[in-house]
Amino acid sequence: MNATPIIGLEVHVQLLTRTKIFCGCPNRFNPDQPNTQTCPVCLGLPGALPVLNEEAFRLSLRTALALGCRIAPFTKWDRKQYYYPDLPKGYQISQYDLPFSHDGVVEIGGETEGDVPRRLRIRRAHLEEDAGKNLHDESGRGGDSRVDLNRAGTPLLEIVTEPDLGSAADARAFLEDLRLLLTDLEVSDCNMQEGSLRCDANVNVRLALDDGGTATTPIVEIKNLNTFSGVEAAIEHELARQIAEFQRTGRRFGDPGAEKETRGWSAERNETFAQRGKEEASDYRYFPDPDLAPVTVAAEEVARIQERLCEPPGARRRRFAGEHQLSEYDARVIVSQGRQFADYFEAVARACGDAKQAANFVTQDVLRELNARGLGIREFPLTSDVLGGLLARVAQGGITVKSAREIFGELLAAWSARAEAAEDGADVDVGELPGEAAIERIIAERGLAIVNDEGALEAALAAAIADSPRAVEDFRAGKQQAAGAIIGKVMKQVKGADPKRVRELLLKKLA
Amino acid sequence: MKSELSGGWPAVARDLLAALARGELSSVELTERCLAAIDARDGDVRAFLHVDRESALLQAQQADALRARGESPGPLAGVPVAIKDVICEAGQPATCASRMLSNFRPPYDAHVITKLKAAGAVLLGRTNMDEFAMGSSCENSAFQATRNPWDLTRTPGGSSGGSAAAVAAAMVPLSLGSDTGGSIRQPASFCGVVGMKPTYGAVSRYGLIAYASSLDQIGPFATDVEGAARLLEAISGHDPRDSTSVRRDVPAYSRTFDQPLEGLRIGVVREHFGEGLDADVASAVQAALKVYEGLGATLVDVALPHQQSCVAAYYIIASCEASSNLARYDGVHYGHRAESFDGLVDMYSTSRGEAFGDEVKRRIMLGTFALSSGYYEAYYLKALRVRRLIQQDYQRAFEACDVIVSPASPTPAFALGSLIDDPLAMYLMDIYTIGANLAGIPGISLPCGMTSAALPVGLQLLAPAFEEERLLRAARMYERETNWPRVAPCGA
Ligand SMILES: [Zn+2]
Repeated sequence: MNATPIIGLEVHVQLLTRTKIFCGCPNRFNPDQPNTQTCPVCLGLPGALPVLNEEAFRLSLRTALALGCRIAPFTKWDRKQYYYPDLPKGYQISQYDLPFSHDGVVEIGGETEGDVPRRLRIRRAHLEEDAGKNLHDESGRGGDSRVDLNRAGTPLLEIVTEPDLGSAADARAFLEDLRLLLTDLEVSDCNMQEGSLRCDANVNVRLALDDGGTATTPIVEIKNLNTFSGVEAAIEHELARQIAEFQRTGRRFGDPGAEKETRGWSAERNETFAQRGKEEASDYRYFPDPDLAPVTVAAEEVARIQERLCEPPGARRRRFAGEHQLSEYDARVIVSQGRQFADYFEAVARACGDAKQAANFVTQDVLRELNARGLGIREFPLTSDVLGGLLARVAQGGITVKSAREIFGELLAAWSARAEAAEDGADVDVGELPGEAAIERIIAERGLAIVNDEGALEAALAAAIADSPRAVEDFRAGKQQAAGAIIGKVMKQVKGADPKRVRELLLKKLA
Repeated sequence: MKSELSGGWPAVARDLLAALARGELSSVELTERCLAAIDARDGDVRAFLHVDRESALLQAQQADALRARGESPGPLAGVPVAIKDVICEAGQPATCASRMLSNFRPPYDAHVITKLKAAGAVLLGRTNMDEFAMGSSCENSAFQATRNPWDLTRTPGGSSGGSAAAVAAAMVPLSLGSDTGGSIRQPASFCGVVGMKPTYGAVSRYGLIAYASSLDQIGPFATDVEGAARLLEAISGHDPRDSTSVRRDVPAYSRTFDQPLEGLRIGVVREHFGEGLDADVASAVQAALKVYEGLGATLVDVALPHQQSCVAAYYIIASCEASSNLARYDGVHYGHRAESFDGLVDMYSTSRGEAFGDEVKRRIMLGTFALSSGYYEAYYLKALRVRRLIQQDYQRAFEACDVIVSPASPTPAFALGSLIDDPLAMYLMDIYTIGANLAGIPGISLPCGMTSAALPVGLQLLAPAFEEERLLRAARMYERETNWPRVAPCGA
């Protein structure tokens, strides 16, 4: 039976604003001191009124534009009404029929040979307030549940895709790119553990039946997926479960009794489970919030934000592959490290004129050092100019790659030593970063400059040959490795000689 | 007794402020006098739900001290003001006359309270009302029915009946009410005092416990137009905490109210004088129109074609908003929680079932129904369309006239208990006042006569949005020419 997955996502993103969406309370994850970041507004006290935080709206516009969405010139706020203890007003301020943005599109895949890119349409993105958090007694002794309203009123961007995703892997790829985009745009920290990026997946599957017809299974919403691997695994599992269930019951989408179901995901048991019975046809009685004025968005403002948008991760990977001739793998590694890192790579590539070499260094040496030292690229002591300058010497034949690595290590070691000395109270300037002068000094001290003086090489080679009759004999008898001893002697004699050139000269001499 | 202060003392804000300024009267004396009046009369009138004597006297002492030091004491320095129990005042009860909030004390001040404190006013106590401002008689209070100071067997009107009665019984010279469909103007007319609903957005709603957010507006009660002008001036102005508050400078109402308007065009709506209007009320209003004509005003017939739909549109819109605004009273975070219940949903329904009165429940159910899927378009959206038509009606009418004059209420104060089982008849008490709330325009009610049963009659004037100054000047023109009693016999 041929099965086509139909997958759509609803992603909730907490925005990185200083204050909450409708009041002046700090917007900060703080579960240890419950109900300390609250005021009459986010507590929902009688008489308190909401006022829109314009920063939250600006960050939302930026995100929607980066997702290719159209911005509504007029948008309003609606009350979504339901009762729950973590919802102190009895309604959530959200956007119902006139979201501030709609109809976006992003591209997935198409980065490897033969992989056809897929379009994922974004149905809408709207802004709303987060609820608080119910804290239940987990001791099993049946203590009272408590409510923490620190989170109540956190600005939340809800992004809803069309059901265009054809696989669990694509769902994951979209989310990973979305996280990169949101952090690159500096609109969210996307900390999934703290709940600042949360995902629900709507899943069903279209089956080609043996009789030539097709059947679609009922839609299931998998709630609260909070890891990328969880998203992928939950969807995989759910697809298989739906196919098996269809084979058992024959129940299709739209059949009586086959209403949309809500399921949870257990990573431990690796399965989805029924969360509540059949979704009751919940009526949220949406209506426009009379306490908030509608928002009109000027075309100029949209244009201004659009102008300053950064390149989305997928587009950047494709550009790196084209413009810089990077492998799909290198492009993915570099872009996945975030915008600053990719910017660093591009600056190094420009400065040295060899993107491939720059990619090698940043994906191996730089990443290794960052991880080892627990640094972000912005704190990395070698600026892109310095690393670019170092690699430019390799590209121009001034030093070998091996020497470049040695200098790279030396520069970092010197910087670390200074930082440690400063920590011990020594009077050193840790603000001073390694520069060109340090590179020059190390090259000079260690004689790392490649010597292109053919006369000196010829002389040293002649002496080495004369000095190694045995090795010459062995080489002539066909022992290739015997050349190594002669080359070694030359290298010892002429610091900075290029071993490749020495070998060429040797072969010519002994031919 | 100071000679300048006539019978019914303490009654007229201007006289009191003058006496305070001259040092003939201290705020403490005045406040004590108000407290004594409350002791003497509120057992009968029952206007107050809560009086904080200590706090009031302390504020009075501070006002006196400020004045003694020669510091600028504020425009209402030392004058007691009573507050409808729907406006939050930090540390004071704010029950909305509901069992739901019987133990609730807000931790913050409403914007108008902040303004009154800055103006030097003495916040004296909390006045009775219909529960959550839903009603026209104060009989929907969970705690007590306020009585009309002119006739204790009758209602003071509602929902701000306590604030109107407190002024009419000369227990306090000024008070604040809130007006969602006539809740200031109708009790003002029943109690023979001046009551004003400002333009929507002129006074911040921050700290006003919401009934219907798009209609609610706080406004003043006083014995005369000047008192209303002074109190309105003190509470108006932009507040960044209320998104519907308008950025506009507040005109100096207290300086302009006494200037007559030249060539005033008074709009009269023929349908306002039709069926259901009490004969005494009709003749008092007709006589008032004659007074205006005598002052050089011209009467213009204006039409409000959608007037007959006002009450229906109002009860849908107000109930829809109320059903949502009152959802927060769920027994979880504050307010009444049932003693025993079985699970979360039962906690909600039992707590709400126990603590809300019948009228509140009626409107929550009406609003919940009207917002439900399948009914939303037929009721809520249609009511919004009617509201727009009504707004257009007023816009057109004001092209031909400067103010619209009508009765404030179709009848004088009715007997307590007489309409309590007839919600529809009660709703129709608001036919003249509701239009101003739907259109967002300002309105004022001022005394214009007495019925044969010696009950006050109120004259309503409406003006275009943000024309409070015009409204006060037009009202004052009439007031200067007449001398209707300002306080009820029990307070004189
Ligand atoms: Zn807050």
